[in-house]
Amino acid sequence: MSVHLVLFLAFGAVCVAGAVNLLAQTHPINSALSLIAVMAALAGEYLLLGAEFVAAVQVIVYAGAIMVLFVFVIMLLNAGVEEHTQGSRVAILFGIPGVLLGSILVAWVVLQHSGTESVAAGALKGDPVTIGQLLFHQFLLPFEITSVLILIAIMGAVVLASKPPTSPATAPARKVD
Amino acid sequence: MTSSLNLWLIPILPLAGAAINGLLGKKSSRTAVSVIGLFFPGAAFAWALSVAWRVSSADLPYTEYIAHWLRYGKLGVPGAFTADFTLYLDQLSLIMLLVVTGVGFLIHIYSVGYMWDDPSYYRFFAYLNLFMFFMLTLVLASNYLVMFIGWEGVGLASYLLIGFWFTKDSAASAGKKAFIVNRIGDFGFLIALFLIIQHFGSLDFTKVFAQVQPIAPETAGAGLLTAIGILLMVGACGKSAQIPLYVWLPDAMEGPTPVSALIHAATMVTAGVYMVSRSHTIFERAPMALTVVAVIGTLTALFAATIGITQTDIKKVLAYSTISQLGYMFMACGVGAFSAGIFHLMTHAFFKGLLFLAAGSVIHAVGGEQDMRKMGGLRSYIPWTFLTMGIATLAISGIPPFAGFWSKDEILWQAYSSPHGSWVFWLIGVITAFLTSFYMFRLLFLTFFGDYHGAQVDEHGHGHGTHADSDHGHGEPHESPMVMLVPLMILALLSTIGGLVGIGNRFQHFLDPVFGAGAVAETAAETASHTTELLLMGISVVIAFLGAWLAYVLYLSKPYLPQKIADGLNGFYTAVLNKYYVDELYSKLFVKPLIDGSTSILWQGVDRKVIDDTVNNAADGAREISNEARQMQSGNLRSYAGWIAAGSAVVIAYMIWMGVR
Amino acid sequence: MVPLSYYLVLSGFLFACGVTGFLIKRNIITIFMSIELMLNGVNLSFVAFAAHWHSLAGQVFVFFVMVVAAAEAAVGLAIIIAVYRTRETLNVDQVNLLKL
Repeated sequence: MSVHLVLFLAFGAVCVAGAVNLLAQTHPINSALSLIAVMAALAGEYLLLGAEFVAAVQVIVYAGAIMVLFVFVIMLLNAGVEEHTQGSRVAILFGIPGVLLGSILVAWVVLQHSGTESVAAGALKGDPVTIGQLLFHQFLLPFEITSVLILIAIMGAVVLASKPPTSPATAPARKVD
Repeated sequence: MTSSLNLWLIPILPLAGAAINGLLGKKSSRTAVSVIGLFFPGAAFAWALSVAWRVSSADLPYTEYIAHWLRYGKLGVPGAFTADFTLYLDQLSLIMLLVVTGVGFLIHIYSVGYMWDDPSYYRFFAYLNLFMFFMLTLVLASNYLVMFIGWEGVGLASYLLIGFWFTKDSAASAGKKAFIVNRIGDFGFLIALFLIIQHFGSLDFTKVFAQVQPIAPETAGAGLLTAIGILLMVGACGKSAQIPLYVWLPDAMEGPTPVSALIHAATMVTAGVYMVSRSHTIFERAPMALTVVAVIGTLTALFAATIGITQTDIKKVLAYSTISQLGYMFMACGVGAFSAGIFHLMTHAFFKGLLFLAAGSVIHAVGGEQDMRKMGGLRSYIPWTFLTMGIATLAISGIPPFAGFWSKDEILWQAYSSPHGSWVFWLIGVITAFLTSFYMFRLLFLTFFGDYHGAQVDEHGHGHGTHADSDHGHGEPHESPMVMLVPLMILALLSTIGGLVGIGNRFQHFLDPVFGAGAVAETAAETASHTTELLLMGISVVIAFLGAWLAYVLYLSKPYLPQKIADGLNGFYTAVLNKYYVDELYSKLFVKPLIDGSTSILWQGVDRKVIDDTVNNAADGAREISNEARQMQSGNLRSYAGWIAAGSAVVIAYMIWMGVR
Repeated sequence: MVPLSYYLVLSGFLFACGVTGFLIKRNIITIFMSIELMLNGVNLSFVAFAAHWHSLAGQVFVFFVMVVAAAEAAVGLAIIIAVYRTRETLNVDQVNLLKL
C-alpha cells in the first residue's frame, strides 16, 4: 500500500464523486461546481503522473477560465432547476445500454491486457522547459494552428453572442470616406 | 446458263413506287402520284414480260441468290439451318408472275380513275404498290421463309387496304377481322414450317422436295407428311378464305373496289392455291391430306354458292362467288390436278378481276349505291360496262368458248376421273356450277335489265351509298371515264380468249416440268375414255345454261316469283340470307369468351392486381418504411446522442472482436 | 506503484459519466459540461499513457486538447446564448426545429 496508491485512490474518489454528483444535481450551478471539483482532483492525478505543466494548465485554463465562463453564462441566462419534459426514449433505450456496453468492453480489454504494468509516481517529468521545447520544435505547426483556432473562436463567440441589430432600416449605410 | 435475269427487279420496282408515293405523295399533285403509281408496277410488268420472252424451258428452274440471311450451325452438321433471300423461277411461278403483274397493272390503271376524287389518293397507291411487292416476293420465293414474308406482307397490305377508309368503323373492323383470321391460318402454316425444318433440315423448296421425293405415299394412315399437308392447308384456308376461315372475305368488301378486285379476287386469295401447288410433292405423298383439301374445297364451293344466291349487295355476291371459285381451285388440287387448279386461278383472275372492276364501274355510275335492288336497267346508261360485265358473267358461268368454261370443265373432269377424285366431287361441282351461273346471271339481270329503281341522285351527286367515291354532281347514271374502261376491255378480251391455251392440254403440258411427278393425274385422265370427257363437258354446259335460264325466269319474266319462293322456304331462306349465322356462331364460341376472359383474367387479374399492385405496393411500402425511418430525424439532440453512443459501442465491440481474432 | 489499468479505468469511468450526462440531462449547459467531463477523462488517459511509454508527446497533446476545449466552450456558449435569445428556453427538448 504505497503512498502513491493511496493518493491515487483519494484523488480518484473525488473525481468519481464529482462526476456522479454532476449527473445527480438538477441545478446547473451545482453541476458546474462538481465539475470544478473533478478538475481539481484531476490536476492532482496529473501531478502524481509527473505532468507538472499539464496540471498547472489544467487548473489555470480549465478550472480557472473555462469553468468560470460556464458559471458566468449560467448566471447570465438565469438558468433554473431543470424542468421535466418528455425526453427522448431513444436516448435512454439505446444510449444507456450502449454506454454500458462500451465501457464494459473497454474495461474488460484494459484489465485483460494491462494487468501488471505499473506507473511509478512522477515517472515522466513533464516540466515546462521540456514541454516548451517540444511545442516549439516538433509540434510547431499544430501550435500555430491552434492559435489561429483560438482567434476564430474569439471572433465567432463575439459575433454569435452579440445583440442582433434592432432593425435593418436603422443599420446605417457605410460611407466611404 | 443465260446471264442473270435480274429477277429481283420485279419485286423491288413496286416497292420503290410504294416508298416514293408513301413518303412524298402527300405533298405531290395527283398527276405525279399517278405517274409514280403506274410507272413502277408497269415497269415490273414489262420486266416480267421480258423475262418470259428471254427464258426458255431449258433454263428453268432458275435460282437467283440475292443476299445472305439466316445461317445457323455449320453446313453439313446435323442441326444446321440456312435460309437466304433467294428467288426462284419455274413455269409455275412464271405464270403467277405474269398474272400478278399483268392484272395488277391493269387494276392500277383503273384505280387512277376510280380513286381520283379520294383525299388520300397517294396513300392508296402507296399501299397498292406495297401489296404488289409482297405478292411478288411470295410468288418468286425459293424457300418457305421468304414466301412467308410475302404471305404475311400481303396480309398486312390487305389489312391496310380494307381499312383504307379507316374513319369508318365497319371498315376498320373489317380490316382487323381479315388480319386476325389470316393469323389463325398462319399459325397452322408456321407449325407446318417447323415440322419441315425439324424433319428435313431446310425450308428451301428444292432441298425439301428432293428429300420428300423418295418417301413412299402414306396410304396406311396419317403420318408426318399428312400432318404437314393438313397444316399447310390450314394456312391456305386462312389466306384463301376456305371453310372455316372464310369469314373475313365478305367483310373485306368494305375496301375500295379496286382492292377487292386485286387482292380478294385475282391475287392474294390465290396465294393459298399457289402454296398448295408449290408443295404438291408433299401432298401427293399424303393422300389423306389431299382428301382433306378436296373436301374443304368442294364444301366451300357449294356453301358459298348457296349464300351467294340470296345476297343483295353487288360486291357481296362477288365475294361469295370468289370463295366458291377458290373452292373449285382447291378441289382441283385435292384430286391431284394441280395444273388444272392453276389454270382456273389464271382464268379466274381475268374474269373475277373484270367482274369487280365492272361492279366498281356500276357503283361509280349510280353514285355509290351497292344494293342491286336499287339498280336495274343500267344497260342503256352504261353500255360498255354492261358489255364487259356480260362477257365476264358468261366466262364465270362456264359457257364456251369463254375462259371459265375451259378451266372449270378441266377441274370437273379431273374431279371425276382422277385416282384421288370421285363422282361425288364431280356432282357437287356441277351443282355449284349451276348455282354459280344462276346467281351471276341474277346479278346481271338485276343490275342491267328491267327498270331503274335507283334513287334520283340530287344535284350534289350523292347517291345512297356511303362510299367516298364518285361524288361529282350528276343527275343520272353515267359511263365511267376511259381510264377505267380500258382495263375492263382488256380483261374482257382475256376472259374471252384466255381459256384457249387449255385446248389440247397445252397449259397442263407447259406446267409438266413442275408437276411432272404428279402427272399421274393427267395421264390417268388422258387414258380414260375420251367420250366420257365429252359427255361430262356437255352436261356442265347444259347446266350452265339452265342456271342462266332460271335466273331469267325468276328475275326478268316473272319477278314476283323470288319473293314467293323466299316466303315458302321462310326459315331456311332467312338462314341462308344471314350467311347461316356463321359469324354469330364464331362470335359466341370464340370472340366473346376471349374478350370476357381477357377482361376478367388478363386485365383485372394480371394487369390490375399483379402488375399495378406490385408497383403501387412497392411505392406504398417505400412510403411506410420511410415514414418509420424519418422518426429518427426528430430534431432532438439527445436521441442523436443516444444513437451515437449505441453506434460507437457497436464499433468498439467490432474492433475488439477483430483484435481478438 | 499504481498499475496503468487503474488510471485507464478511472478515465473510462469519467468518460462514461460524461456520455451518460449527455444522454439524460435536459439543460443544454449541463450537457455541455458533460462534454467537458468527457474531454477531461480523455486527457487523463493521454497523460497516463505518456507516463507509461515515456513520451512527452502525450502531454503536449493534452495541451492541445485543452486549447480546443477552450475554443469550443467559448463558441458553444455563445451559441447557447444566441439560441436562448430566440427560444427563451434552455431545455434541449424544445429546440427541435430541425425535426422532419
